[in-house]
Amino acid sequence: MKLFDYAKADSAETAAREGAVADTKFIAGGTNLLDLMKLQVETPARLVDISRLPLNDIEEVDGGGVRIGALVPNSDLAASPIIRERYEVLSRALLAGASGQLRNKASTGGNLLQRTRCYYFYETASRCNKRVPGSGCDAQQGFNRILAILGTSEHCIATHPSDMAVAMRALDATIVTLGSDGEKRRIAIGDFYRLPGDTPDVEHVLRPGELITHIELPAAPAGKQTYRKVRDRASYAFALVSVAGIVAVDGGKIASARLAFGGLGPMPWRDTAVENALVGQAPSDALFTQAADLLLRDARGFGSNDFKIPLARRTLIATLRELTA
Amino acid sequence: MQFTINGQPYQAEADIRTSLLDLLREHLSLTGSKKGCDHGQCGACTVLVNGRRINACLTLAVMHQDDDIVTIEGLGSPNKLHPLQAAFVKHDGFQCGYCTPGQICSAVGMLDEVEKGWPSHVSATLNDPDFTDEEIRERMSGNICRCSAYPNIVDAIREVADAREPVRAEAAE
Repeated sequence: MKLFDYAKADSAETAAREGAVADTKFIAGGTNLLDLMKLQVETPARLVDISRLPLNDIEEVDGGGVRIGALVPNSDLAASPIIRERYEVLSRALLAGASGQLRNKASTGGNLLQRTRCYYFYETASRCNKRVPGSGCDAQQGFNRILAILGTSEHCIATHPSDMAVAMRALDATIVTLGSDGEKRRIAIGDFYRLPGDTPDVEHVLRPGELITHIELPAAPAGKQTYRKVRDRASYAFALVSVAGIVAVDGGKIASARLAFGGLGPMPWRDTAVENALVGQAPSDALFTQAADLLLRDARGFGSNDFKIPLARRTLIATLRELTA
Repeated sequence: MQFTINGQPYQAEADIRTSLLDLLREHLSLTGSKKGCDHGQCGACTVLVNGRRINACLTLAVMHQDDDIVTIEGLGSPNKLHPLQAAFVKHDGFQCGYCTPGQICSAVGMLDEVEKGWPSHVSATLNDPDFTDEEIRERMSGNICRCSAYPNIVDAIREVADAREPVRAEAAE
Protein backbone atom coordinates (compact mmCIF):
# COMPACT_ATOMS: atom_id res chain seq x y z
CA MET A 1 0.00 0.00 0.00
CA LYS A 2 1.30 3.48 -0.86
CA LEU A 3 1.76 5.84 2.06
CA PHE A 4 -0.97 8.43 2.61
CA ASP A 5 -1.81 11.28 4.95
CA TYR A 6 -4.75 10.68 7.25
CA ALA A 7 -7.16 13.22 8.72
CA LYS A 8 -10.29 12.64 10.75
CA ALA A 9 -13.15 14.96 9.75
CA ASP A 10 -15.02 16.65 12.61
CA SER A 11 -17.92 17.84 10.46
CA ALA A 12 -19.41 17.24 7.03
CA GLU A 13 -18.43 20.80 6.03
CA THR A 14 -14.78 20.23 6.96
CA ALA A 15 -14.79 16.88 5.18
CA ALA A 16 -16.15 18.40 1.97
CA ARG A 17 -13.55 21.19 2.11
CA GLU A 18 -10.67 18.84 2.80
CA GLY A 19 -11.96 16.31 0.27
CA ALA A 20 -11.50 18.86 -2.53
CA VAL A 21 -7.70 18.79 -2.12
CA ALA A 22 -6.14 16.93 -5.06
CA ASP A 23 -5.73 13.16 -4.71
CA THR A 24 -7.92 12.90 -1.60
CA LYS A 25 -10.43 10.11 -0.91
CA PHE A 26 -13.07 9.85 1.77
CA ILE A 27 -12.97 6.69 3.84
CA ALA A 28 -16.06 5.39 5.68
CA GLY A 29 -16.43 1.60 5.87
CA GLY A 30 -13.32 1.20 3.74
CA THR A 31 -14.17 -2.34 2.66
CA ASN A 32 -13.74 -1.61 -1.05
CA LEU A 33 -11.23 1.25 -0.87
CA LEU A 34 -8.69 -0.56 1.36
CA ASP A 35 -8.99 -3.69 -0.76
CA LEU A 36 -8.07 -1.59 -3.81
CA MET A 37 -5.33 0.32 -1.96
CA LYS A 38 -3.62 -2.93 -0.97
CA LEU A 39 -3.43 -3.82 -4.67
CA GLN A 40 -2.38 -0.25 -5.57
CA VAL A 41 -5.36 0.06 -7.87
CA GLU A 42 -6.24 3.07 -5.70
CA THR A 43 -3.30 5.20 -4.52
CA PRO A 44 -4.74 8.28 -2.78
CA ALA A 45 -2.24 10.71 -1.27
CA ARG A 46 -4.68 11.56 1.48
CA LEU A 47 -7.61 9.93 3.30
CA VAL A 48 -10.28 11.95 5.05
CA ASP A 49 -11.95 9.70 7.62
CA ILE A 50 -15.67 10.48 7.67
CA SER A 51 -16.67 7.38 9.65
CA ARG A 52 -17.47 9.29 12.87
CA LEU A 53 -19.70 11.94 11.30
CA PRO A 54 -23.29 11.91 12.59
CA LEU A 55 -24.87 10.58 9.39
CA ASN A 56 -26.25 7.39 10.89
CA ASP A 57 -30.00 7.92 11.04
CA ILE A 58 -32.91 6.55 9.04
CA GLU A 59 -35.75 9.07 9.35
CA GLU A 60 -39.20 9.44 7.86
CA VAL A 61 -39.67 12.61 5.83
CA ASP A 62 -42.72 14.56 4.70
CA GLY A 63 -44.59 12.86 1.89
CA GLY A 64 -44.07 9.36 3.23
CA GLY A 65 -40.46 8.85 2.17
CA VAL A 66 -37.33 8.13 4.19
CA ARG A 67 -33.96 9.80 4.50
CA ILE A 68 -31.01 7.48 5.04
CA GLY A 69 -27.72 8.81 6.46
CA ALA A 70 -24.80 8.04 4.17
CA LEU A 71 -22.97 6.24 6.99
CA VAL A 72 -25.77 3.83 7.90
CA PRO A 73 -24.14 0.39 7.60
CA ASN A 74 -25.64 -1.96 5.02
CA SER A 75 -26.70 -4.39 7.80
CA ASP A 76 -28.64 -1.73 9.68
CA LEU A 77 -30.34 -0.50 6.54
CA ALA A 78 -31.43 -4.03 5.58
CA ALA A 79 -32.74 -4.67 9.11
CA SER A 80 -34.42 -1.28 9.63
CA PRO A 81 -38.12 -1.87 10.43
CA ILE A 82 -39.27 0.86 8.07
CA ILE A 83 -37.16 -0.49 5.19
CA ARG A 84 -38.33 -4.06 5.82
CA GLU A 85 -41.93 -2.90 5.98
CA ARG A 86 -42.12 -0.52 3.02
CA TYR A 87 -39.06 -1.14 0.84
CA GLU A 88 -38.68 -4.91 0.84
CA VAL A 89 -36.80 -4.77 -2.48
CA LEU A 90 -34.06 -2.73 -0.79
CA SER A 91 -33.75 -5.05 2.22
CA ARG A 92 -33.64 -8.03 -0.11
CA ALA A 93 -31.01 -6.47 -2.38
CA LEU A 94 -28.76 -5.60 0.56
CA LEU A 95 -29.10 -9.08 2.06
CA ALA A 96 -28.21 -10.61 -1.32
CA GLY A 97 -24.87 -8.80 -1.33
CA ALA A 98 -21.50 -9.45 0.35
CA SER A 99 -21.22 -11.21 3.74
CA GLY A 100 -22.44 -10.47 7.26
CA GLN A 101 -19.04 -9.04 8.20
CA LEU A 102 -18.87 -6.74 5.18
CA ARG A 103 -22.45 -5.53 5.54
CA ASN A 104 -21.66 -4.55 9.14
CA LYS A 105 -18.91 -2.24 7.92
CA ALA A 106 -19.91 -1.06 4.45
CA SER A 107 -21.77 2.27 4.38
CA THR A 108 -24.78 3.27 2.29
CA GLY A 109 -22.88 6.07 0.53
CA GLY A 110 -19.86 3.88 -0.08
CA ASN A 111 -21.97 1.10 -1.52
CA LEU A 112 -23.19 3.50 -4.24
CA LEU A 113 -19.56 4.32 -5.09
CA GLN A 114 -18.19 0.77 -5.23
CA ARG A 115 -15.76 0.14 -8.06
CA THR A 116 -16.20 -2.61 -10.61
CA ARG A 117 -14.92 -6.12 -9.90
CA CYS A 118 -13.66 -6.51 -13.50
CA TYR A 119 -10.56 -8.74 -13.24
CA TYR A 120 -8.59 -6.40 -15.51
CA PHE A 121 -9.35 -3.38 -13.33
CA TYR A 122 -7.97 -5.28 -10.32
CA GLU A 123 -4.92 -6.77 -12.08
CA THR A 124 -2.44 -3.91 -12.41
CA ALA A 125 -0.37 -5.77 -15.03
CA SER A 126 -3.38 -5.56 -17.39
CA ARG A 127 -4.48 -2.71 -19.57
CA CYS A 128 -7.55 -0.95 -18.19
CA ASN A 129 -8.95 2.41 -19.30
CA LYS A 130 -10.78 2.81 -16.01
CA ARG A 131 -7.62 2.39 -13.92
CA VAL A 132 -5.15 4.01 -16.35
CA PRO A 133 -7.06 6.16 -18.85
CA GLY A 134 -5.91 5.59 -22.43
CA SER A 135 -4.07 2.33 -21.68
CA GLY A 136 -6.60 0.08 -23.44
CA CYS A 137 -9.01 -2.65 -22.35
CA ASP A 138 -7.87 -6.25 -22.02
CA ALA A 139 -11.32 -7.39 -20.90
CA GLN A 140 -12.92 -7.31 -24.35
CA GLN A 141 -10.66 -10.07 -25.69
CA GLY A 142 -10.23 -11.70 -22.27
CA PHE A 143 -12.18 -13.46 -19.55
CA ASN A 144 -15.28 -11.28 -19.66
CA ARG A 145 -17.79 -13.74 -18.23
CA ILE A 146 -18.85 -11.34 -15.45
CA LEU A 147 -18.86 -8.18 -17.58
CA ALA A 148 -21.46 -5.98 -19.24
CA ILE A 149 -23.75 -6.53 -22.21
CA LEU A 150 -25.52 -3.14 -22.12
CA GLY A 151 -24.15 0.40 -22.09
CA THR A 152 -20.59 -0.63 -22.94
CA SER A 153 -18.17 1.35 -25.08
CA GLU A 154 -15.09 0.40 -27.05
CA HIS A 155 -13.13 1.64 -24.03
CA CYS A 156 -14.79 -0.29 -21.20
CA ILE A 157 -17.19 -3.18 -20.58
CA ALA A 158 -17.14 -3.14 -16.75
CA THR A 159 -20.26 -3.75 -14.67
CA HIS A 160 -21.33 -1.83 -11.58
CA PRO A 161 -21.18 -4.37 -8.72
CA SER A 162 -23.78 -3.04 -6.26
CA ASP A 163 -27.03 -4.85 -5.45
CA MET A 164 -28.24 -2.01 -3.20
CA ALA A 165 -27.93 0.59 -5.96
CA VAL A 166 -30.09 -1.55 -8.27
CA ALA A 167 -32.94 -1.50 -5.73
CA MET A 168 -32.45 2.23 -5.20
CA ARG A 169 -32.65 2.80 -8.96
CA ALA A 170 -36.01 1.01 -9.02
CA LEU A 171 -37.13 3.11 -6.04
CA ASP A 172 -36.09 6.43 -7.67
CA ALA A 173 -33.71 7.36 -4.87
CA THR A 174 -32.26 10.86 -4.61
CA ILE A 175 -28.64 11.34 -3.57
CA VAL A 176 -28.13 14.37 -1.32
CA THR A 177 -24.67 15.89 -1.25
CA LEU A 178 -22.64 18.66 0.32
CA GLY A 179 -20.12 20.42 -1.91
CA SER A 180 -16.75 21.79 -0.89
CA ASP A 181 -18.27 25.29 -1.27
CA GLY A 182 -21.02 24.37 1.24
CA GLU A 183 -23.67 23.97 -1.48
CA LYS A 184 -26.21 21.16 -1.06
CA ARG A 185 -27.25 19.24 -4.17
CA ARG A 186 -29.97 16.70 -4.81
CA ILE A 187 -29.15 14.27 -7.60
CA ALA A 188 -31.67 11.75 -8.93
CA ILE A 189 -30.05 8.32 -9.01
CA GLY A 190 -30.90 8.16 -12.72
CA ASP A 191 -28.59 11.17 -13.25
CA PHE A 192 -25.91 10.07 -10.80
CA TYR A 193 -23.94 7.49 -12.78
CA ARG A 194 -22.22 8.05 -16.13
CA LEU A 195 -21.85 5.68 -19.05
CA PRO A 196 -18.21 4.84 -19.80
CA GLY A 197 -18.01 6.42 -23.29
CA ASP A 198 -14.39 7.45 -23.77
CA THR A 199 -13.88 8.35 -20.06
CA PRO A 200 -14.61 5.11 -18.15
CA ASP A 201 -12.56 6.45 -15.22
CA VAL A 202 -15.36 8.99 -14.59
CA GLU A 203 -18.18 6.94 -13.07
CA HIS A 204 -20.50 9.51 -11.51
CA VAL A 205 -21.27 13.23 -11.42
CA LEU A 206 -19.80 14.05 -7.99
CA ARG A 207 -17.36 16.99 -7.98
CA PRO A 208 -14.05 17.01 -6.08
CA GLY A 209 -14.81 17.05 -2.36
CA GLU A 210 -18.56 16.61 -2.86
CA LEU A 211 -19.73 14.41 -0.01
CA ILE A 212 -22.80 12.18 -0.07
CA THR A 213 -24.64 12.99 3.18
CA HIS A 214 -27.98 11.23 2.65
CA ILE A 215 -29.98 9.08 0.29
CA GLU A 216 -33.70 9.81 0.12
CA LEU A 217 -36.38 7.41 -1.00
CA PRO A 218 -39.79 8.71 -2.05
CA ALA A 219 -42.90 7.08 -0.58
CA ALA A 220 -42.95 3.38 -1.40
CA PRO A 221 -44.63 2.72 -4.74
CA ALA A 222 -47.70 0.49 -4.98
CA GLY A 223 -47.29 -3.15 -5.84
CA LYS A 224 -45.29 -6.24 -5.00
CA GLN A 225 -41.54 -5.87 -4.60
CA THR A 226 -38.82 -8.42 -5.20
CA TYR A 227 -35.08 -8.73 -5.82
CA ARG A 228 -34.00 -11.72 -7.87
CA LYS A 229 -30.27 -12.39 -8.12
CA VAL A 230 -28.57 -15.03 -10.24
CA ARG A 231 -24.96 -15.79 -9.37
CA ASP A 232 -22.27 -18.47 -9.47
CA ARG A 233 -22.62 -19.44 -5.78
CA ALA A 234 -25.70 -19.55 -3.56
CA SER A 235 -24.21 -16.86 -1.31
CA TYR A 236 -21.45 -14.27 -1.19
CA ALA A 237 -21.02 -13.69 -4.93
CA PHE A 238 -21.67 -10.77 -7.27
CA ALA A 239 -24.65 -10.84 -9.59
CA LEU A 240 -24.37 -12.30 -13.06
CA VAL A 241 -27.85 -10.89 -13.56
CA SER A 242 -30.18 -9.34 -11.01
CA VAL A 243 -33.58 -7.67 -11.20
CA ALA A 244 -35.17 -5.29 -8.72
CA GLY A 245 -38.87 -5.29 -9.57
CA ILE A 246 -41.92 -3.43 -8.27
CA VAL A 247 -45.12 -4.22 -10.13
CA ALA A 248 -48.75 -3.37 -9.32
CA VAL A 249 -51.60 -5.27 -10.97
CA ASP A 250 -55.10 -3.80 -10.96
CA GLY A 251 -58.20 -5.36 -12.55
CA GLY A 252 -56.11 -7.96 -14.40
CA LYS A 253 -53.83 -5.34 -15.98
CA ILE A 254 -50.39 -4.11 -15.00
CA ALA A 255 -50.96 -0.70 -13.41
CA SER A 256 -47.32 0.23 -12.85
CA ALA A 257 -43.92 -1.37 -13.27
CA ARG A 258 -40.43 -0.40 -12.16
CA LEU A 259 -37.56 -2.64 -13.16
CA ALA A 260 -33.85 -2.13 -12.55
CA PHE A 261 -31.05 -4.52 -13.41
CA GLY A 262 -27.67 -5.47 -11.97
CA GLY A 263 -24.84 -7.35 -13.66
CA LEU A 264 -25.79 -6.11 -17.12
CA GLY A 265 -24.34 -2.63 -17.41
CA PRO A 266 -21.82 -0.08 -16.14
CA MET A 267 -24.50 1.38 -13.85
CA PRO A 268 -27.65 0.08 -12.18
CA TRP A 269 -29.65 -0.30 -15.40
CA ARG A 270 -33.18 0.96 -15.98
CA ASP A 271 -35.05 1.26 -19.25
CA THR A 272 -38.41 3.01 -19.21
CA ALA A 273 -39.32 1.55 -22.63
CA VAL A 274 -39.50 -1.86 -20.94
CA GLU A 275 -41.75 -0.54 -18.19
CA ASN A 276 -43.99 1.37 -20.62
CA ALA A 277 -44.50 -1.77 -22.70
CA LEU A 278 -45.91 -3.55 -19.65
CA VAL A 279 -48.25 -0.89 -18.25
CA GLY A 280 -51.91 -1.27 -19.22
CA GLN A 281 -51.38 -4.83 -20.48
CA ALA A 282 -52.63 -8.12 -19.07
CA PRO A 283 -49.73 -10.19 -17.70
CA SER A 284 -48.69 -13.04 -20.01
CA ASP A 285 -45.53 -14.82 -21.06
CA ALA A 286 -45.89 -13.29 -24.52
CA LEU A 287 -45.91 -9.82 -22.97
CA PHE A 288 -42.94 -10.62 -20.73
CA THR A 289 -40.99 -11.93 -23.72
CA GLN A 290 -41.73 -8.72 -25.59
CA ALA A 291 -40.45 -6.75 -22.56
CA ALA A 292 -37.26 -8.84 -22.52
CA ASP A 293 -36.75 -8.23 -26.26
CA LEU A 294 -36.97 -4.51 -25.61
CA LEU A 295 -34.53 -4.64 -22.69
CA LEU A 296 -32.00 -6.56 -24.76
CA ARG A 297 -32.51 -4.85 -28.13
CA ASP A 298 -28.99 -3.34 -28.01
CA ALA A 299 -27.34 -6.08 -25.95
CA ARG A 300 -23.88 -7.16 -27.08
CA GLY A 301 -21.82 -10.05 -25.73
CA PHE A 302 -18.04 -10.25 -25.83
CA GLY A 303 -17.59 -14.01 -25.96
CA SER A 304 -17.59 -15.54 -22.53
CA ASN A 305 -20.43 -13.28 -21.36
CA ASP A 306 -22.75 -14.06 -24.30
CA PHE A 307 -24.75 -16.30 -21.96
CA LYS A 308 -25.92 -13.22 -20.07
CA ILE A 309 -28.28 -12.29 -22.91
CA PRO A 310 -30.53 -15.38 -22.60
CA LEU A 311 -29.97 -15.40 -18.82
CA ALA A 312 -31.21 -11.80 -18.51
CA ARG A 313 -34.22 -12.69 -20.66
CA ARG A 314 -35.16 -15.65 -18.48
CA THR A 315 -34.50 -13.78 -15.23
CA LEU A 316 -36.73 -10.88 -16.26
CA ILE A 317 -39.54 -13.23 -17.34
CA ALA A 318 -39.30 -15.19 -14.06
CA THR A 319 -39.36 -11.95 -12.05
CA LEU A 320 -42.44 -10.68 -13.89
CA ARG A 321 -44.23 -14.00 -13.40
CA GLU A 322 -43.48 -13.80 -9.67
CA LEU A 323 -44.67 -10.20 -9.37
CA THR A 324 -47.92 -10.70 -11.31
CA ALA A 325 -48.86 -14.12 -9.92
CA MET B 1 -2.32 4.82 19.13
CA GLN B 2 -4.40 3.56 22.06
CA PHE B 3 -6.90 0.71 22.00
CA THR B 4 -9.19 -1.30 24.25
CA ILE B 5 -8.94 -4.96 23.30
CA ASN B 6 -10.59 -7.76 25.26
CA GLY B 7 -11.21 -5.21 28.02
CA GLN B 8 -7.49 -4.34 28.35
CA PRO B 9 -5.80 -1.07 27.38
CA TYR B 10 -3.08 -1.37 24.72
CA GLN B 11 -0.68 1.16 23.22
CA ALA B 12 1.13 0.79 19.92
CA GLU B 13 3.28 2.81 17.55
CA ALA B 14 2.23 1.75 14.09
CA ASP B 15 2.44 2.93 10.49
CA ILE B 16 -0.76 4.70 9.42
CA ARG B 17 -1.34 1.90 6.86
CA THR B 18 -1.60 -0.79 9.55
CA SER B 19 -4.81 -2.80 9.33
CA LEU B 20 -6.61 -3.74 12.53
CA LEU B 21 -5.56 -7.34 11.82
CA ASP B 22 -1.85 -6.49 11.51
CA LEU B 23 -2.07 -4.38 14.67
CA LEU B 24 -3.48 -7.35 16.59
CA ARG B 25 -1.05 -9.91 15.22
CA GLU B 26 2.20 -8.04 14.58
CA HIS B 27 2.13 -5.27 17.19
CA LEU B 28 0.14 -6.73 20.09
CA SER B 29 0.97 -10.45 19.64
CA LEU B 30 -2.72 -11.37 19.64
CA THR B 31 -2.23 -14.02 16.97
CA GLY B 32 -5.56 -15.80 17.41
CA SER B 33 -7.08 -13.74 14.60
CA LYS B 34 -5.74 -15.19 11.36
CA LYS B 35 -4.68 -13.73 8.03
CA GLY B 36 -6.07 -15.79 5.17
CA CYS B 37 -6.73 -13.73 2.06
CA ASP B 38 -6.21 -10.21 3.52
CA HIS B 39 -9.03 -8.99 1.22
CA GLY B 40 -12.24 -9.70 3.13
CA GLN B 41 -13.03 -12.84 1.21
CA CYS B 42 -12.23 -15.64 3.68
CA GLY B 43 -13.33 -14.38 7.11
CA ALA B 44 -10.34 -15.86 9.02
CA CYS B 45 -9.66 -12.39 10.50
CA THR B 46 -13.18 -11.86 11.86
CA VAL B 47 -13.26 -9.95 15.18
CA LEU B 48 -15.99 -8.17 17.12
CA VAL B 49 -15.91 -4.36 17.15
CA ASN B 50 -18.49 -2.77 19.43
CA GLY B 51 -20.22 -6.16 19.41
CA ARG B 52 -20.41 -6.45 15.62
CA ARG B 53 -18.47 -8.91 13.51
CA ILE B 54 -16.18 -7.35 10.90
CA ASN B 55 -13.17 -8.33 8.78
CA ALA B 56 -10.14 -6.97 10.67
CA CYS B 57 -8.08 -7.07 7.47
CA LEU B 58 -10.25 -4.50 5.69
CA THR B 59 -10.11 -1.71 8.22
CA LEU B 60 -7.38 0.63 9.43
CA ALA B 61 -6.29 0.34 13.06
CA VAL B 62 -6.17 4.14 13.34
CA MET B 63 -9.95 4.25 12.76
CA HIS B 64 -10.69 2.06 15.82
CA GLN B 65 -9.00 3.84 18.71
CA ASP B 66 -12.28 4.52 20.55
CA ASP B 67 -13.81 1.12 19.91
CA ASP B 68 -14.38 -1.94 22.06
CA ILE B 69 -12.52 -4.73 20.25
CA VAL B 70 -12.95 -8.42 21.12
CA THR B 71 -10.83 -11.18 19.56
CA ILE B 72 -10.92 -14.94 20.04
CA GLU B 73 -8.51 -14.47 22.99
CA GLY B 74 -11.20 -12.40 24.73
CA LEU B 75 -14.02 -14.90 24.24
CA GLY B 76 -12.60 -17.84 26.17
CA SER B 77 -9.42 -19.47 27.45
CA PRO B 78 -8.18 -23.10 27.46
CA ASN B 79 -9.53 -23.49 31.00
CA LYS B 80 -12.79 -21.66 30.39
CA LEU B 81 -14.03 -22.17 26.85
CA HIS B 82 -16.74 -19.99 25.35
CA PRO B 83 -19.83 -22.15 24.64
CA LEU B 84 -19.10 -21.91 20.90
CA GLN B 85 -15.50 -23.02 21.43
CA ALA B 86 -16.72 -26.01 23.46
CA ALA B 87 -19.31 -26.84 20.79
CA PHE B 88 -16.70 -26.65 17.98
CA VAL B 89 -14.55 -29.15 19.93
CA LYS B 90 -17.50 -31.44 20.68
CA HIS B 91 -18.76 -31.47 17.08
CA ASP B 92 -15.31 -31.53 15.47
CA GLY B 93 -16.03 -28.24 13.67
CA PHE B 94 -12.54 -28.04 12.13
CA GLN B 95 -9.63 -30.00 10.73
CA CYS B 96 -6.59 -27.71 10.43
CA GLY B 97 -8.16 -25.07 12.67
CA TYR B 98 -6.88 -22.03 10.76
CA CYS B 99 -10.33 -20.61 10.04
CA THR B 100 -11.72 -21.51 13.49
CA PRO B 101 -11.07 -18.28 15.45
CA GLY B 102 -12.77 -16.35 12.65
CA GLN B 103 -15.61 -18.87 12.46
CA ILE B 104 -16.23 -18.57 16.20
CA CYS B 105 -16.04 -14.77 16.37
CA SER B 106 -18.33 -14.64 13.34
CA ALA B 107 -20.79 -17.07 14.95
CA VAL B 108 -20.89 -14.96 18.14
CA GLY B 109 -21.73 -11.85 16.11
CA MET B 110 -24.16 -13.76 13.92
CA LEU B 111 -26.15 -15.16 16.87
CA ASP B 112 -26.51 -11.63 18.23
CA GLU B 113 -27.85 -10.53 14.84
CA VAL B 114 -30.38 -13.38 14.97
CA GLU B 115 -31.38 -12.35 18.48
CA LYS B 116 -32.03 -8.82 17.21
CA GLY B 117 -34.38 -10.33 14.61
CA TRP B 118 -32.27 -9.42 11.57
CA PRO B 119 -33.38 -11.28 8.43
CA SER B 120 -31.05 -12.91 5.90
CA HIS B 121 -31.06 -13.60 2.17
CA VAL B 122 -32.74 -16.99 2.71
CA SER B 123 -35.41 -15.76 5.14
CA ALA B 124 -38.87 -16.48 3.75
CA THR B 125 -40.19 -13.44 5.59
CA LEU B 126 -38.25 -10.34 6.60
CA ASN B 127 -39.84 -10.31 10.06
CA ASP B 128 -39.11 -13.00 12.67
CA PRO B 129 -37.58 -15.52 10.29
CA ASP B 130 -37.22 -19.12 11.52
CA PHE B 131 -33.64 -19.96 12.41
CA THR B 132 -33.07 -22.99 10.21
CA ASP B 133 -29.76 -24.68 9.31
CA GLU B 134 -30.08 -23.02 5.91
CA GLU B 135 -30.04 -19.70 7.80
CA ILE B 136 -26.81 -20.70 9.57
CA ARG B 137 -25.15 -21.58 6.26
CA GLU B 138 -26.22 -18.32 4.61
CA ARG B 139 -25.30 -16.12 7.56
CA MET B 140 -21.87 -17.79 7.88
CA SER B 141 -21.05 -17.55 4.16
CA GLY B 142 -18.38 -14.92 4.86
CA ASN B 143 -16.26 -17.59 6.59
CA ILE B 144 -14.53 -20.10 4.36
CA CYS B 145 -13.25 -23.48 5.64
CA ARG B 146 -10.86 -24.98 3.08
CA CYS B 147 -11.00 -28.31 5.00
CA SER B 148 -14.76 -28.18 4.42
CA ALA B 149 -15.83 -28.90 8.01
CA TYR B 150 -19.09 -27.08 7.25
CA PRO B 151 -21.59 -29.76 8.40
CA ASN B 152 -19.90 -29.92 11.82
CA ILE B 153 -19.61 -26.14 12.05
CA VAL B 154 -23.37 -25.91 11.45
CA ASP B 155 -23.98 -28.58 14.13
CA ALA B 156 -21.82 -26.70 16.66
CA ILE B 157 -23.56 -23.39 16.03
CA ARG B 158 -26.97 -25.08 16.07
CA GLU B 159 -26.31 -26.55 19.50
CA VAL B 160 -25.33 -23.19 21.00
CA ALA B 161 -28.23 -21.42 19.30
CA ASP B 162 -30.73 -23.96 20.61
CA ALA B 163 -29.38 -23.64 24.15
CA ARG B 164 -29.70 -19.86 23.92
CA GLU B 165 -33.08 -19.63 22.29
CA PRO B 166 -35.13 -22.79 22.71
CA VAL B 167 -38.37 -21.19 21.53
CA ARG B 168 -36.96 -19.96 18.25
CA ALA B 169 -35.27 -23.30 17.59
CA GLU B 170 -38.49 -25.24 18.16
CA ALA B 171 -40.30 -23.00 15.73
CA ALA B 172 -37.69 -23.92 13.14
CA GLU B 173 -38.17 -27.68 13.39
